[in-house]
Amino acid sequence: MFDIIIIGAGAIGSFLARTLSQYESNVLVLEKENDVGNVTSMANSAIVHSGYDPVPGTKKARFNVEGNRMFPEICEELDVSFRQIGSLTVAIEEKQLSVLKELAERGKKNGVPTKMLTAEEVLAMEPNITKDVKGALLCPTAGIVNPFTLTAHAMENAIDNGVKLHLGEAVKAIKKINGGFQVDTDVATYEAKVVINAAGLYSEEIAKMVEPISWKINPRKGEYYVLDHFRPGFVNHVLFPLPSEKGKGILVTSTTSDNYLVGPSSEFVDEKDDFSTDPLTLKDVRAQASLMVPNIPFPEQIRVFSGLRATPSTHDFIIEPAKKNPNFINVAGIESPGLVSSPAIAKYVVEELVSAVFPLKKKANWNPSVRKYIKPSEMKDEEREAFVKAHPEYGEMVCNCEQVSVGEIKDVLSRSLPCLTIKAVKKRTRAGFGKCQGGFCQPKVLMLLAEHYGISPLEILYDKEGSNILLKESK
Amino acid sequence: MVIEKDLVIIGGGSAGLAAANAAYDSGVKSILIVEKGPFLGGILNQCIHNGFGLHEFKEELTGTEFFTRLTVESEKRGIEYRLNSFVTKIGEDKSVYYTNKEEGYVRVKAKAIIMSAGCYERNAGAIGIPGDRPAGVITAGQAQLYMNEYGYLVGKKVFILGSGDIGLIMARRMSLEGAKVLGVAEIMPYSNGLNRNIVQCLEDYGIPLYLHHTVSHVWGKSHLEKIEISEVNDALQPIKGTEQVFECDTLLLSIGLIPYNNLLNQLGLPTSRSRGAWVNEHMETKMDGVFSCGNVLHVHDLADNVVAEAKVAGKAAALYLQNKLPRHEELILVEPGDGVGYTVPCEIDLENAEEKIPVKFRVRKPTKECYITYTFNGEVIKKIYKQTIIPSEMEIDPIPKDLFKGEKSGKLVVSLTPKEVK
Ligand SMILES: Cc1cc2nc3c(=O)[nH]c(=O)nc-3n(C[C@H](O)[C@H](O)[C@H](O)COP(=O)(O)OP(=O)(O)OC[C@H]3O[C@@H](n4cnc5c(N)ncnc54)[C@H](O)[C@@H]3O)c2cc1C
Repeated sequence: MFDIIIIGAGAIGSFLARTLSQYESNVLVLEKENDVGNVTSMANSAIVHSGYDPVPGTKKARFNVEGNRMFPEICEELDVSFRQIGSLTVAIEEKQLSVLKELAERGKKNGVPTKMLTAEEVLAMEPNITKDVKGALLCPTAGIVNPFTLTAHAMENAIDNGVKLHLGEAVKAIKKINGGFQVDTDVATYEAKVVINAAGLYSEEIAKMVEPISWKINPRKGEYYVLDHFRPGFVNHVLFPLPSEKGKGILVTSTTSDNYLVGPSSEFVDEKDDFSTDPLTLKDVRAQASLMVPNIPFPEQIRVFSGLRATPSTHDFIIEPAKKNPNFINVAGIESPGLVSSPAIAKYVVEELVSAVFPLKKKANWNPSVRKYIKPSEMKDEEREAFVKAHPEYGEMVCNCEQVSVGEIKDVLSRSLPCLTIKAVKKRTRAGFGKCQGGFCQPKVLMLLAEHYGISPLEILYDKEGSNILLKESK
Repeated sequence: MVIEKDLVIIGGGSAGLAAANAAYDSGVKSILIVEKGPFLGGILNQCIHNGFGLHEFKEELTGTEFFTRLTVESEKRGIEYRLNSFVTKIGEDKSVYYTNKEEGYVRVKAKAIIMSAGCYERNAGAIGIPGDRPAGVITAGQAQLYMNEYGYLVGKKVFILGSGDIGLIMARRMSLEGAKVLGVAEIMPYSNGLNRNIVQCLEDYGIPLYLHHTVSHVWGKSHLEKIEISEVNDALQPIKGTEQVFECDTLLLSIGLIPYNNLLNQLGLPTSRSRGAWVNEHMETKMDGVFSCGNVLHVHDLADNVVAEAKVAGKAAALYLQNKLPRHEELILVEPGDGVGYTVPCEIDLENAEEKIPVKFRVRKPTKECYITYTFNGEVIKKIYKQTIIPSEMEIDPIPKDLFKGEKSGKLVVSLTPKEVK
């Protein structure tokens, strides 16, 4: 019997696993996808929000602000790109200035430092913003993060500290048994004393397997444009319009890989696996973004994508034990600002909720760090020269656009966290994320995967089961 | 490691090889070609079909044969090259940094640089195809690479978006490999491929070509399951009610090529509307001693034209190294006018120019019975009648220097004008 089973390996499940790995416990993570962080945690704005925006007193406000404070150290430990570039919430009409004041007040209540800027100050910081700008609210603690490695490295660190991860296993049923639960997946049956439901969009379905619930999770889609790294400094902060009941609005930001992100839209959809994009929605995203930044070079577009928010009917994060089952803990409805909140949520769940039902004892030898990821493209010339000389595979380039070498790919393939698909390689290393979208590097990545796992190239998957790239040997 | 070279050529495809040979013949002996691939020849390695060399070698060759000739020429001259070597950046001081397995990370202090790194394919991300993003939506060149270099087929039931030549050639190749090619959709009302390819690759195999159609939706949670095509209106938007659905496992994209000009973009050098660098008549960019030619400058439909352009760049690099290519303040700007997409060059330094200046461009749409009009400072200096002119074929007009009548600055506009009907 496991001590604890975590269902779902998104940001929440991964940080739960990492936090639990600090304690003497026997933890299993079950994830239906072929990779960690393969659903909402990979398709979002990746903003480490400051926390000025959530209603004071809510869980969203609390965990956002706490999470934000934890980010610098965690990203250092986990070797994740994080840049505290600050955000600007931009007023483009005179009457919006009073709203900014209210937001600043709210920030104060949430414990978030803010500063009101005049139009001139904004334009000096952000020359590409509309000349109609009337002022903005600066939140210096906001930042951007690499969402792909955030989740992956948190899980890797958990595995290095003893957590077990089973990918490609969907939980189908949960039964109460003596001293805990029996968890059935489509592959096997497990038992655990405590179960934590971190199943994102499907946390409602999972929760219902144990007892009736009063809340619902409704998928709300956000569609985006990704632009190439055409020019550093096109925008320097995360730029938000004023928030509305639909959320934080269409933002324009750079990413930690110096791309630019424009989005998201906000629309409820029927299906929890509908990640399609729609030209009309995107056109609207573009129009709205252009009100704030008029000259966005959309010909630099390299991709469009969408993510689904797990929007709870309760309007706040649901982080509590099931009503009749204190050793079944729901961590549900974690929509934005869920990514930034994830380390704080994990800490709370473990220290307050798990500890109430399972005795927690700190390990003596917990290691908070992952093995350093080496990226020659980020090194200084002399350093790179010496390193590549000593490690020749780092001189063999695979991905032209993002400069990823064979050495980096073999590195991620050799870690404790499984890296099974072309997409997993892409999320770990960025190979295929550039303007040619894998046109040059995908065959090389595919062959490296086949070689590493000793299987036929025909068996290599892009992502999910059935997503093979090669269908047949040629004549 | 730091080494020194007079001329570094980035990319050993047809442009790089031809430029190297020309520079050598013009007196430059210290040359290094840096090529990222495992052999010279670049994209031509994928072109095992024929249709090359008619201009350059006066006989019809396959792509592979064509570059073999260029390689033999450069080997005769003993031109140095590195394979599997990737250029990571160009410094402001014209240092070229490359990395490979054997040497590690190398800085080459260059006196002149020719950029000839080729192009990449427009892909699904760039056009944001509506619907899902499953496996099985792949560029034609990538499918070609999997087939020719690795020996695998990406699909058994294939639809093709875009009638570019690579797509058409792949339609035939996949059919020969036993795949079923269901059709080709082209958003424009005309094909972008060479006529010969339409006949030999589609008509001969009974593959329908849907002109003025695009893919309006893609379905597939993991692998491609089906696509929908629709007719488009003049604004190229899908027309409701014209949808047709095809079940297929592969959507090949042959929707255009884009200069892969990152390294020069990173230097902040200005670009033209071709998305390649801004160059003058000697293919020199806005940075002294840095030249560009081939598909990284603008996409060519004939390798022969690439070679011709690369020779200009190679000779110019030699002149530059011999201090015989001064910059002058007075320049003639070349601008695309009505109906013209871009021009190469973007400016002419008349004092340096040869007697005839080749001006290259593409028209925006197929036009019958029209003139290409060259207007210099408001005055028409040349008019060429064209029975038909199409975007898929690059135009080259040699403009005699004396037409500028010694005027060294101003604006030359290239436009398409309809034939006047009296
Ligand atoms: C458009 C958009 C923009 C956002 N922007 C931001 C932002 O800028 N900043 C921010 O902080 N937050 C943002 N968020 C929110 C953030 O992305 C989420 O809060 C966070 O990723 C949620 O993580 P999670 O682990 O709860 O969910 P998920 O990442 O969805 O993880 C849940 C996991 O559970 C697995 N699972 C589900 N069912 C089962 C089963 N039966 N068996 C096994 N496994 C199962 C899933 O496969 C999945 O891997 C945004 C979200 C969206 C959609």
